[in-house]
Amino acid sequence: MKYIEEFRDGDLARNLARSIHAEVRPDRRYNLMEFCGGHTHAIARFGVEDLLPAAVTMIHGPGCPVCVLPVGRIENAIAIAREPGVTLCTYADLMRVPAAGGRSLLRARADGADVRMVYSTMDALRIARDEPDRRVVFFAIGFETTTPPTALALLQAAAAGLDNFSVFCNHVLTPAAMQAILDSPDAPGAAAVPLDGFVGPAHVSTVIGSRPYEVFATDHGKPVVIAGFEPLDVLQAVLMLVRQVNDGRHQVENEYTRAVTRDGNAKAQALMAQVFEPRPTFEWRGLGLVPHSALRIRDAYSRWDAERLFDVPPLAVPDHKACQCGPILRGVKRPADCKLFGTACTPETPLGSCMVSSEGACAAHWTYGRFRDAAPARESA
Amino acid sequence: MPNRPFPRKLDLTGGRVDMAHGAGGRAMAQLVEELFIAAFDNDLLRQGNDQAAFDVPAGRMVMSTDSFVVSPLFFPGGDIGSMAVHGTVNDVAMSGARPLYLSAGFVLEEGFPLADLARIIDSMAAAARGAGVAVVTGDTKVVERGKGDGVYINTAGVGLVPEGVDISGAHARPGDAILLSGTLGDHGVAVMSRRENLTFDTDILSDSAALNHLVAAMVAAVPGIRVLRDPTRGGLAATLNEIARQSGVGMVVREAAIPVRPAVRGACELLGLDPVNVANEGKLVAVCDPADADRLLAAMRADPLGRDAAVIGEVRADDLGFVQMETALGGLRIIDWLAGEQLPRIC
Ligand code: SF4
Repeated sequence: MKYIEEFRDGDLARNLARSIHAEVRPDRRYNLMEFCGGHTHAIARFGVEDLLPAAVTMIHGPGCPVCVLPVGRIENAIAIAREPGVTLCTYADLMRVPAAGGRSLLRARADGADVRMVYSTMDALRIARDEPDRRVVFFAIGFETTTPPTALALLQAAAAGLDNFSVFCNHVLTPAAMQAILDSPDAPGAAAVPLDGFVGPAHVSTVIGSRPYEVFATDHGKPVVIAGFEPLDVLQAVLMLVRQVNDGRHQVENEYTRAVTRDGNAKAQALMAQVFEPRPTFEWRGLGLVPHSALRIRDAYSRWDAERLFDVPPLAVPDHKACQCGPILRGVKRPADCKLFGTACTPETPLGSCMVSSEGACAAHWTYGRFRDAAPARESA
Repeated sequence: MPNRPFPRKLDLTGGRVDMAHGAGGRAMAQLVEELFIAAFDNDLLRQGNDQAAFDVPAGRMVMSTDSFVVSPLFFPGGDIGSMAVHGTVNDVAMSGARPLYLSAGFVLEEGFPLADLARIIDSMAAAARGAGVAVVTGDTKVVERGKGDGVYINTAGVGLVPEGVDISGAHARPGDAILLSGTLGDHGVAVMSRRENLTFDTDILSDSAALNHLVAAMVAAVPGIRVLRDPTRGGLAATLNEIARQSGVGMVVREAAIPVRPAVRGACELLGLDPVNVANEGKLVAVCDPADADRLLAAMRADPLGRDAAVIGEVRADDLGFVQMETALGGLRIIDWLAGEQLPRIC
């Protein structure tokens, strides 16, 4: 797979880094938010920050689906899993997210609930087909990338009359979260830490296209550069953002032209619209209630909607008292600012969701970058 | 009529393991004789005692044990049987020792096809012959259906350390060179490619192999090798962190110097895994004085199992014991033990 190497080439990276160093203005700073956890992970894993000048600061955004799911929804899922006859299917990471009182889906499984790890919605659908006596619930999370597959699974269940299958829908929308970041009073968009631009999502944008970000450029004056998840993509996007800032431009630019168009994937969008509709509001960890930021299942498919089949009350459960996931997800704090980071909270014993997913800011910093906190004097070559 | 203890031969095509095969009666005796002793055939085993007795040569002996639970039991490039031999042979060899004898303990699940068992035993016997070690004592137990995964195998091994060789995970010193014997991740990817739920197409074979001949050549070339270890479960990252911890040092390795097959890199990318965390069954890491590195590398490359060997980094003084990697991109990151199980990424 030569393809991958091309996007990790050290010489190309050094050339890009040289251009960035040459073009940043000595008199200003560039605060850039990478929205996606995929970018956060790539930046940490490839040590991208070591190649950037001090004037450029990468701020981690809320684009990690496991991280932004509020504790209340995890509690709901645990309650569903405990119902008689229920098999709850979920991604591995979600099983480890801590809820209140030391609860988690992993704990629920140890206590006897039938919680199974799957790799995709289709695995859950297959379990429902193979085990007609179980009430199989798929715990669906994710941004616009994972939504079309969930829609497809619902359509297939409907077509097959598979009534023992349902979806606990927690799909969320990227542009609404970007809007919330810009609106939130303490977020980096506010006066205290001005936000100079976004590195826009890779996979999400293949579905929704680049058009939905145009409002951030026109109405909020923020440059957006859509970038792939490879480290060279990130460096190229940073260079393009630095140039926009220097030129006083604010546009939506597309670095990821090999996959993203202005209008996105019309078929996937139609699929989503057929099965889902926007919720009036939805709670995000860190961002609170965000209007029109999530999807629910349309009435036509209510027979496969776990929220209507089971008791799913809205629960406002606070995060661990000292956990800083909220401010971290808004981009105003960094993992090392949390007192629990690396002491009580590690990937083996996560106290907050940002330490669970490999795309979470705390997990990425712990796994790849914590040597920088321990020895700030030890500069990299 | 002659008194034949087992009038009917074991049915190795359609037969299955039943509880009697572990009960100590005639059925077990027959299984041992017709399957295990026939395959592992050696003088010590044929004596039929509950223990193997052998003379102890002068010098230092090492002993190691490992249990093998792998799913699936058969995978591209190997099976649980060959792995159970290679794994323990390698653990013994990582002291610089010449492995001599193995024991083998089997926990069989009721209902397991005897044909599969025979295939596993034949593969173990072939692996032992290839490594030049003898399986000299063994044990079999059977558990009820549903209480095991077909077969679990435990092997233990003893070996003899050549004089003047003193290899330990605690011996790495700042400035030492770190060498790797070949490509990373082949075993883990080969096994994962055949797991339920995860089947994807790859022609990657497990690297499962006995490394004792490679080790003998290395020790002959550089008797002062400081550390040897095979990066099995947890991969290169876990092994380097163990050594760093035992020796109280840090390390820096260069991503660009670490050999990884393109197909393994592609599969890891697809699954969201990192080759430095993926298991190997036929690779080793060596640490030596930098002045010996060229000689050691040449000795490794001269052996078929070390053809792709490379110097991948160096040991550094570091009180905090970080194992760092210069990424191919030119940045710096930690490589660390994995948290929990290695699982494919979802988003
Ligand atoms: S280190 Fe743990 S407790 Fe602190 S913010 Fe991160 S996830 Fe929350």
